[in-house]
Amino acid sequence: MMSIEPAAEPFATPHGAESAPIGPTRRGFVSGIWAAVPIFIAVIPFGMIFGTVAVEAGLTLSETMAYTMIVTAGASQLAALAVLDQGGPAFMAVLTGAIVNLRMAMYSASLAVHWRGVGMLWRVPAAFFLHDQAFALSMARYARADEPTADRVGFYFGVGITTTIVWIIATLVGALVGNSIPQSWGLDFVVPACFLAIAVPMIRGTANVVAALVAALLGVLCADMPGGSGLMLAAATGIAAGMATRRLMERRS
Amino acid sequence: MSTAEVWTLIIGLGVATYLIRFSFLGLLAGRELPPILREALGFVPVAVLPALVAPMVLIQEEEFIADPARIAGALAVILVCALTRNVVGGIAAGLAAFLAIGAFSL
Repeated sequence: MMSIEPAAEPFATPHGAESAPIGPTRRGFVSGIWAAVPIFIAVIPFGMIFGTVAVEAGLTLSETMAYTMIVTAGASQLAALAVLDQGGPAFMAVLTGAIVNLRMAMYSASLAVHWRGVGMLWRVPAAFFLHDQAFALSMARYARADEPTADRVGFYFGVGITTTIVWIIATLVGALVGNSIPQSWGLDFVVPACFLAIAVPMIRGTANVVAALVAALLGVLCADMPGGSGLMLAAATGIAAGMATRRLMERRS
Repeated sequence: MSTAEVWTLIIGLGVATYLIRFSFLGLLAGRELPPILREALGFVPVAVLPALVAPMVLIQEEEFIADPARIAGALAVILVCALTRNVVGGIAAGLAAFLAIGAFSL
């Protein structure tokens, strides 16, 4: 797979692409900003929940903000902080958070398929914004609209930067005022509602439905597995089930 | 937890998360993925998101709980999103169902 030809192109210049590396367009960036707006309804409460939890666990305001700005991955931030809070060592907390985020390696690979010809100048900052929302919205857009790569890169940055800024502000608000938000507002249900609303329109066809149902079932059954490994197992099994279903259906037709 | 532990977590998880995100964007840049891996990656969002959501709906404090409000809310999101593909409408319907059933079952 890694065979190196004598006259190979430089690493960042993909085979068959135009000579100049592709960068984001303003048009794509602006449409990404608008596409991100509906997601605020989930990012804001999730950020506020994280801010509240972090301060309650004993982090200072500056630690909470550094944590949220450097990691920018809410689920892993919560999981890793829980390990420290229960008296676990720091390296276990880091490992737990990293396992929760392993799914992002799959996001990274999925995105790379659509980013042929994009230079390292944009790939290096892009990786920083690769969270669930930026990935899900971008993949949905790429599947729906047949746009030039430069517009797609712009769209990704529009979503990624916007949601990251909103996430950071929401964390700050949560850390400052979180304790006074009543439970009855149902803020904790907003996060799963958002993930579902993003996922459902992407689930098309029998193979996708099987993958989603198997993953959901195993997600529940494996929920008490340590630090995010249940999520990985459930997702991997769902993917395998979806691929098997597709093959069974192809064989039958 | 000590200040040193907190900063170890912040820096350690920050670096680890960045490297995970950069992995294929940086390392596989411009390389062809094997078809089977590409097919598997197509299933990633439809598998990961449900696996993430289902425990949020059905498990509270490490116990399986069939909370009618959460289940009604999740079903409302699924129904509205499947019929209309409208993300905001789905979230709004889900929250409305969650709060309405929650108010009844109190």
